[in-house]
Amino acid sequence: MDDGIAGSKPALTWAVHISVALLVALWLFPTVGLFVSSFRTADQIATTGWWKALSQQERQNPAIRISGEEGPEASLFVIEGNLFEGEAEIRAWGTSSRRPEEFAPGETAELSDGRTLTVQVNGGYRFTAPESQDGKRLPRVFTTASSPPEFTLSNYDVVLGKDVVKRLIAFVVAAMIFGYVIRLLTRRQGERFASVASVTGGGALMVLFILLFGLSAGTVEGAQTTDSMASAFFSTLTVTIPATVIPILIAAFAAYALAWMDFPGRALLIAAVVALLVVPLQLALIPLLKLHLQIGIGKGYLGVWLAHTGFGLPLAIYLLRNYMVGLPRDIIENARVDGATDFQIFVRIILPLSFPALASFAIFQFLWTWNDLLVARVFLIGATGDTNVMTNAIVELLGTRGGNWEILATAAFVSIAVPLAVFFAMQKYLVRGLLAGSVK
Amino acid sequence: MHPALQGILTIAVGVFGCVGYFYLSNLVLDKVIFPARGPNIGRNLNRANLVRPWLFLLPAILALGLYLAYPVFETLRLSFIDRDAGGAFVGLENYGQMFSEPKFWEALRNNLFWLLIVPAASTAFGLVGAQLTDRIAWGNIAKSLIFMPMAISFVGAGVIWKLVYETRPVEIEQIGVLNAIYLALGGTEPQVWLTIPILNSFFLMMVLIWIQTGFAMVILSAALRGIPEETVEAAIIDGAGPFQIFFKIKVPQIMTTIVVVWTTITLVVLKVFDIVFAMTNGQWETQVLANYMFDKLFRANDWGVGSASAMIIMLLVTPILVWNVRNARREMR
Repeated sequence: MDDGIAGSKPALTWAVHISVALLVALWLFPTVGLFVSSFRTADQIATTGWWKALSQQERQNPAIRISGEEGPEASLFVIEGNLFEGEAEIRAWGTSSRRPEEFAPGETAELSDGRTLTVQVNGGYRFTAPESQDGKRLPRVFTTASSPPEFTLSNYDVVLGKDVVKRLIAFVVAAMIFGYVIRLLTRRQGERFASVASVTGGGALMVLFILLFGLSAGTVEGAQTTDSMASAFFSTLTVTIPATVIPILIAAFAAYALAWMDFPGRALLIAAVVALLVVPLQLALIPLLKLHLQIGIGKGYLGVWLAHTGFGLPLAIYLLRNYMVGLPRDIIENARVDGATDFQIFVRIILPLSFPALASFAIFQFLWTWNDLLVARVFLIGATGDTNVMTNAIVELLGTRGGNWEILATAAFVSIAVPLAVFFAMQKYLVRGLLAGSVK
Repeated sequence: MHPALQGILTIAVGVFGCVGYFYLSNLVLDKVIFPARGPNIGRNLNRANLVRPWLFLLPAILALGLYLAYPVFETLRLSFIDRDAGGAFVGLENYGQMFSEPKFWEALRNNLFWLLIVPAASTAFGLVGAQLTDRIAWGNIAKSLIFMPMAISFVGAGVIWKLVYETRPVEIEQIGVLNAIYLALGGTEPQVWLTIPILNSFFLMMVLIWIQTGFAMVILSAALRGIPEETVEAAIIDGAGPFQIFFKIKVPQIMTTIVVVWTTITLVVLKVFDIVFAMTNGQWETQVLANYMFDKLFRANDWGVGSASAMIIMLLVTPILVWNVRNARREMR
């Protein structure tokens, strides 16, 4: 019916298209900035905005003081070298901050005391002086350089370890091809068998490759982040998976009891779950930390798993109960009549039928535990600092390397890549869960 | 032990423990305590069915009780005692001390700003997004892209937006979008956005609005689709324009969903911690309650005032809690 109106007014349709495009662009822009920055070199990030990443990079370099070994040549002392490490193209240069574009490349500047300096297009320079410059300050060179846009994986090498991204891509591609081949070979055994076999085969091949070749070719020299981010990645994974799996089981049984069993106090319990759904977990921090310290769990994985389980339960029970209540009554009563016990009904009928609800809670809990900072800081990260989750590692990087955008952007992107992948792969279930949780 | 190994072991223990508990306890109930045979078979069956729900519920009740219900009362108790003085009852002294701190009032004021702005803005953007994306062919792709920030951690979002707000000295080119736009529009000097009081809180709120809009949009879009077509058709026949249809026909019909979305985002706002912690850590007058509490707990090590501020958050949540419980009870009838 809307389209009827919109169709009669093409201008309105266009307005809708354009405003949605604008809204999407606005919402994507910040994330794309981070993504693009993680592939740029530190130099280019620091000198141009990421939205100019694809254009020729023209910029005023900070002054570079020439340095190098003096080589005697005829009656002169000569220093030769290149101002830049990478490729560059100089458009103009100068030796004072007031006139940074005084000379063209190839020109020779006459400095005081008979010294001369020549800078070439590629940054190569030749400095001559009538006497040794040992102990004296050599001149500074201001350059306006223009260099081609440069993209690199080296930031990921620094953050995760050398070659991790390259190997990961190679392994994943190999595993996908292998899985596809298995799928073709086992297609006759039925669709279900084929898909299970291909996923298992691909996964096994990937694990095999990782075991055989390793993920990393070592650390990049001088990179302090490598160790901490890579191990934080695994710590996060270690926190996340048990904290996602365990509450599902506990909640599923409770949800079944609240949905399909009749007993006094049921309404009260459901109300309590709804109430606990909104209790801020801030309240739980002090008493539980105290408790954990008292009973000897202290700060560690066990504590954080238990905490996440407890905090995730209300939502899990609420979502699953809402879903289970909607299952057809006939199936359950028929099974009862046929003599099935509640336990059998639950395991054989309810659990398989509830898969969509289980999946949507699993995604919620996964996203929440992966992205969590507070619970990890309180219950996991101790004074020794041998366990660290990625969110906390990033907060630490913000403190110590607030200006190093290549490191920050890459670290942040590594930490959001996994939830984003889960999000796009399982969006259907996520949306369903959201709707079950809030729309009646 | 290696943490990964420990993790796998925990999953195994947790999963097998759960399954084993449920299976064995049911078995014991059915075969040993109230066996379904002998002279009292009918009574035994009834009794077993009376006990069984509690077997199913026990682990959940224990976990909920210990990790959520008990802490509420324990925090309340802790807010009345002085930890340093060996747990002596000090009445409202912690609260008094908290109320005398300007930082607390700053946090409360900022929280109120957050409460007013973030749910309103997210719901409004979400409503507009839902209405617009429902009318075009590529609406689902657009929706999924706007929804995407939902998967990003608050810390990650903090980094993303810090790059937007980045400031460089005036001589060199700006790499933060906001300053680049500001200078292009005629600003003379790049601003350090996150250090400008009052304004900086809005820049932090922007991050949460950015995250929550997708959530609001997805839910409101489902609600919009649930509107009976006849009502809209009738309005068209009566000559209503698109804006009138939207505001006078559609919005009133999804009002309950709008309220649900609003309260859900309000709950997120009350607990907002990571964004402030990662981006400004409460400096330059951006403090909020949750971060104030964290400060008291782990930097000042003052559990009394920390608990008192947690109770303030609880107090702010309570109206929503009561409202939710009443709704849930009404629905069950």
